[in-house]
Amino acid sequence: MSQPSTSHRPNIIIIGATSAMAEQCARIWVSRQACNLLLIGRNTEALSSIKADLQVRSPESVIDVQMSAMEYAEEIQALTEQALTDRQPDTVLIAHGTLPDQQQCQDDIKQAEQAVRINGLSPVLLAEAFIKQMLENNKGTLAVIGSVAGDRGRKSNYVYGAAKGLVTRYLEGLQHRLAGSHVSVVIIKPGPTDTPMTAHLKAAGQKMATSQAVAADIVSAIDHKKPVCYTPGKWALIMLVIRNLPRFIFNKMDI
Amino acid sequence: MSQLQSWGRLSQAEHHTVALSSQSLGKQIMSTSPGICYGMGRSYGDSCLNPGGTAWLTRNLDRLISLDTKTATLHCESGALLEDIQRLLLPRGWLLPVTPGTQKITVGGAIANDVHGKNHHVFGTFGENVTALTLQRTDGETLICSPDGENPDWFQATVGGLGLTGVITSAVLKLRPVTGPWLTAETIPYQSLSDFFTLSRTSESDWEHTVSWFDCLSGNQPRGIFLRANHNQQPFKPEPDKKRQLSFPVVPPVSLVNRLTLKPFNTAYYWLNKRKAGISTVHYEPFSYPLDAISNWNRMYGPKGFYQYQCVIPPAVSQDAVGELLSILRKYRQGSFLAVLKTFSDRKPAGLLSFPKSGTTLALDFPNRGQKTTALLDAMDSVVSRANGRLYPAKDARMSAAMFQQGYPELARFQAYRDPGITSAFSARTIDC
Repeated sequence: MSQPSTSHRPNIIIIGATSAMAEQCARIWVSRQACNLLLIGRNTEALSSIKADLQVRSPESVIDVQMSAMEYAEEIQALTEQALTDRQPDTVLIAHGTLPDQQQCQDDIKQAEQAVRINGLSPVLLAEAFIKQMLENNKGTLAVIGSVAGDRGRKSNYVYGAAKGLVTRYLEGLQHRLAGSHVSVVIIKPGPTDTPMTAHLKAAGQKMATSQAVAADIVSAIDHKKPVCYTPGKWALIMLVIRNLPRFIFNKMDI
Repeated sequence: MSQLQSWGRLSQAEHHTVALSSQSLGKQIMSTSPGICYGMGRSYGDSCLNPGGTAWLTRNLDRLISLDTKTATLHCESGALLEDIQRLLLPRGWLLPVTPGTQKITVGGAIANDVHGKNHHVFGTFGENVTALTLQRTDGETLICSPDGENPDWFQATVGGLGLTGVITSAVLKLRPVTGPWLTAETIPYQSLSDFFTLSRTSESDWEHTVSWFDCLSGNQPRGIFLRANHNQQPFKPEPDKKRQLSFPVVPPVSLVNRLTLKPFNTAYYWLNKRKAGISTVHYEPFSYPLDAISNWNRMYGPKGFYQYQCVIPPAVSQDAVGELLSILRKYRQGSFLAVLKTFSDRKPAGLLSFPKSGTTLALDFPNRGQKTTALLDAMDSVVSRANGRLYPAKDARMSAAMFQQGYPELARFQAYRDPGITSAFSARTIDC
């Protein structure tokens, strides 16, 4: 509390800032101290209402918003350049995603393509674009929201799982590459979380963690530069089992 | 489908739950009506339930929209929690003027039930401190309503309107300035109902908060503890987050409040508090929301849940009627651990169906023992109805349609503002039957 007013304000960039988890992370960050925040997302209306909310919570924070579809390499390149003009991020959180319907992805490969692009390719290209600058600054933490679904392909959502698996493998490589630098990479793997993206699962009665609880874990993992963060923590154990189940058992399971 | 419960835990019915989100509200509501809003599920009975039908979950609508320090108002979405608002604004010198005995409720729920607090005689009800609200009707129409601007009649119907006039999506709330979180509180043990009425009468001019707990098993002149408090000028000091949240971890197989435990509970509570007699400085949270310190305290009543009974009795007959209600408790050999008495002052109600009116309000909790408990409550109803009193819908799970309609004479006027796409178990039971 006795921090001088000139103390360094964290520079935070959130991509997919309208996702429920990202919004909760932003609330935690501004509740701790005034921040310089850049919110990037696809929906202007949602971005501006989130900005207004955060500004009420933290009048001293400086909050900017930026629109982008975040799909193709050119868009991602342009987004990154704009975001990093006059900004040296301490934290970059890549949080966007959709939960595609597995059946629709099987029926229509265009849907599968879109699902892989948004959940896999787009975060990977964003990370690659941001990490370049972060390495030049030789500081900062890059956190990307993957999923427990990326740990092993399952019939109920393997297209989504494959995209998230791509993110995981990519980030592992990045962590290998950045070992020894001052730039950290954090892989977040949430279990099913109660967000608008999973509303239909909740309606089907699935038990889920709250986005507030998951956001608290994400923020803490970023604080501690934890390489891999399962949230809620029990998923580390569950996925350890799932990953190591012999195929003859796994293939009999209806999951 | 998922199961929803209200705070009394009397039922556990399947609902088609729809988590509302700010961006697609209108469409979501239109395409899934008829339904009812469900926020924190802190209503005790069935006013937030719609078994087998749609429940619109409002908890994600929790964005703050703007804070105007000049007019001292906060504009926020309706799923914001009073607790979050107060904790955010206290360091900046603001609190909400009116909060009930828990702050773990949504703004929308506070308006729909026109909740009151211990300072009713100073600030009135929650609805009296709302300067505007947005109402989303299930036909797609959006109405801005305020008490003395646009659509004042809709405002009056919606405040205390049990969510039946449309979905409240945002509201502008008045704030009150405070220097800090501290209250100067006085604890006064008393020995009879007439002592309580004297204390209430003499405290109201000098004390903002007044409330009283009493031992309903201590005869027809019950002993009790009278609490009164004022905000003081001690400043806010940020404190390290140390308070541990206790939680009631499991539902015990039987109610822990029962015939064996009730007498010792009440006696111990009385003596523990009697030791605190006198003046002290307390934080507003433990003073105003003592039960918020224990998550899921409602589990204490076991798997069958509990009924809360809260009535208000007009001043002329308050003392007699409360005495009569206590004698019914004795006759039915049931008691309550939570027994609260408080007087309401004479104010123009904010809503057509607002519960508070001039008189004395009595709140009691009863573990659900089936027919034994409902028979007791029916007997109490006849006293309340003879005294021209009424029951609080937010607490109710069983009153008859006649009881509700007699208690709320403005119901006929209210009906014109109903949204045909909204229904709750409460409205089906007491209005549309």
